[in-house]
Amino acid sequence: MKRLFFGGVHPADKKELSANVELQMKKEPKQVTIPMSQHIGAPCEPLVAVGDTVKKGQKIGDGKGLCVPVHASVSGKVVAIEKRRHVNGQDVLSVVIENDYKDTEDTSMTAYEDYSKLSDDKIIDIIREAGIVGMGGATFATNVKAASSMEKVKVLIANACECEPYITSDDMLLRMYPERVLEGMRIICQVLNPERVVLAIEENKKAAIEVLKKELANDKKIELVVLPTRYPQGAEKQLVQAVTGFEIKGGELPRSVGAAVFNVATFAYTYGAVCFGRPVTRRIVTVTGEAVNNPGNYWLRIGTPFEEAVAQAGGLKDNAWKVIAGGPMMGVAQEDLSACTIKGTNCILCLSEEQNGEAKEENPCIRCGACVKACPMNLQPLYLHAYGKKADTKELKRLNVMDCIECGCCSYTCPAKLRLVETIREGKVRVKEEM
Amino acid sequence: MKFEVTSSPHIRSKKNTQHIMLDVILALLPALLVGVVRFGVQALVLTLVSIAAAVAAEWICGMVIYHRNTVKDLSAVVTGLLLAMTLPSTVPYWVAAIGSAFAIILVKGFGGGLGKNVFNPALAARALLMLIWPVYLVRFPKVGTTGNAVDMVAGATPLHHMQMPALPEESLMDMFLGNIGGCIGEVCSLALLAGGVYLIWKGIISVRIPAAYLGTIAVLTLVFSKGDNAFAWMMYSVLGGGVMLAAFFMATDYTTSPVTPKGQVIYGIGCGVLTVVFRYFGLFPEGVTYAILLMNACVWVIDTYTAPRRFGTKKGETA
Repeated sequence: MKRLFFGGVHPADKKELSANVELQMKKEPKQVTIPMSQHIGAPCEPLVAVGDTVKKGQKIGDGKGLCVPVHASVSGKVVAIEKRRHVNGQDVLSVVIENDYKDTEDTSMTAYEDYSKLSDDKIIDIIREAGIVGMGGATFATNVKAASSMEKVKVLIANACECEPYITSDDMLLRMYPERVLEGMRIICQVLNPERVVLAIEENKKAAIEVLKKELANDKKIELVVLPTRYPQGAEKQLVQAVTGFEIKGGELPRSVGAAVFNVATFAYTYGAVCFGRPVTRRIVTVTGEAVNNPGNYWLRIGTPFEEAVAQAGGLKDNAWKVIAGGPMMGVAQEDLSACTIKGTNCILCLSEEQNGEAKEENPCIRCGACVKACPMNLQPLYLHAYGKKADTKELKRLNVMDCIECGCCSYTCPAKLRLVETIREGKVRVKEEM
Repeated sequence: MKFEVTSSPHIRSKKNTQHIMLDVILALLPALLVGVVRFGVQALVLTLVSIAAAVAAEWICGMVIYHRNTVKDLSAVVTGLLLAMTLPSTVPYWVAAIGSAFAIILVKGFGGGLGKNVFNPALAARALLMLIWPVYLVRFPKVGTTGNAVDMVAGATPLHHMQMPALPEESLMDMFLGNIGGCIGEVCSLALLAGGVYLIWKGIISVRIPAAYLGTIAVLTLVFSKGDNAFAWMMYSVLGGGVMLAAFFMATDYTTSPVTPKGQVIYGIGCGVLTVVFRYFGLFPEGVTYAILLMNACVWVIDTYTAPRRFGTKKGETA
């Protein structure tokens, strides 16, 4: 197998659980809980008050600095503005809206069917107003990324790798709405004006590749690049390395090597925002795993409680052991089902204990070097782990601890079942505190 | 309903320490089988005694030092087995038992336990036995006998001939198939090679250390050949003594070898150079044990100076 980036692992992808089930849109939630922080950066201030009536798509929170607005995902009445459980495990100020099931649309955003006449600044402004963030889970403000990449980007990469096991939401999006993604790419192309435009996908998504090939038959600009299936192929640095051959130094962004990477869903939302004036109010979420009855992909309103999302998928089985927001490699484990979906929630994964393997007990490191082989950032996780345990920040810095992208390959592969990433993450926090 | 909350990743590979040790044991079985066929039941009993002593010592260490039962990781079985492989079948059982106990308690246990010891426990034990009871370790049963006192000869292995220096009487094919005198697990190069290939195929070891080690010995003995037939001399050097066992099972011991790819190559070359130096200039015909032990001591330095290039930097570039 050709390897285009260093290291990596190949867990069973388990995509078959959800990939071949039709995209579903069932019951709408009774209530949505919309956190004011669904992106990296400053949280929004609520723009509504308890008792207000809101329309679907109405802006209900905004702020200054690195901040993108949030919108009501249903029409109805604001019943509470208070701290609620966020998928990241913290309690975050959220607007709770009671659904009136009317879906009265807010029409304050203008639709520009012919985007070719729009200025770059206007497009970036629309992207911001629509509340678009990195929809692959990174949730970085798309308008900021686009604006800071202008005139610096030679290669624009649409990330359809979806390298985490289980998740098929981008795969589903590409099979159902390929034109939305491609049009979104053309819009961003207009802003960034890159020399090369790449749609990168892992080869395990055969059906999506067929669809895209057909769609791109007459497109000379967008290049479909099929990459080997290997985790973390979709990590930004690894994807840029695979597509361009350039390595992005620790602490730097893709634009330092002339690249910009956006998730495919981000492009689809860009298209919706520019051409139809639609803000982000819903997304495709893969609800899957061995511990859920009907795995599949679901159109869910932003702010849908996990409880309802899981109920839509037939409910949990008795063997439910972990519920994760995101994928099994980098997702965040949930204490209960009280959190609600946010823009970056591409997957709700319900695992049974069997998936844990024999990872209950940590054994001593036998220096087998599997973690060194698996690390896509060329680090030596075993030493980072050892110095992390000793809180030796000097050695951690010497071993470039901050380069770690926390992909989890080292922990995944470790035969001693050491929680390497966990220790390394703590080490990074220590080093950051010293800086 | 409450769920388990731990940090990512939430799935783990199935491979664990025990599986790795089991694979090493499996890979050693062909060589052991040849040893038992070749030297009789005595060889099997000696091996079992060595393993039993190692496991018992591990259990005691678990009670006293580690405060948990570490027997089930099977590393003690590997150590006991490896030590037996490096002994002539005629070694008294108690000598093997003492060797195993020394390996597990002093070298590994006092060295910090599994994964922390500096020296390869089996080889350190062999070095100790060589120091205290050399008489048992340099006498081998005559070819074709099971080692009654009458049949015991000192210097019955091809390596002893080579120390003359002279090419051994045995054919290269005999060397390869194991029709020679020697230690239980060292005689059959074919079986060791099969075990080594199995470990490489399973991804347990990388090809770097064995290739660098065998390659270095081959080149050095070819260039500094003794006698007329340089190629034959090289072949006997590689197939004779403990080189094949060391290449795939001793030098590749995880704990006592480097983890960096470059480091593994350097380590393999170092082991090869020292093996040839000790064989050419040492008191004993064999030098593998001391070569690897000496390189064991260098692992930390090798790892430090061969750290992989930082992502995004060019070769030699710092920062």
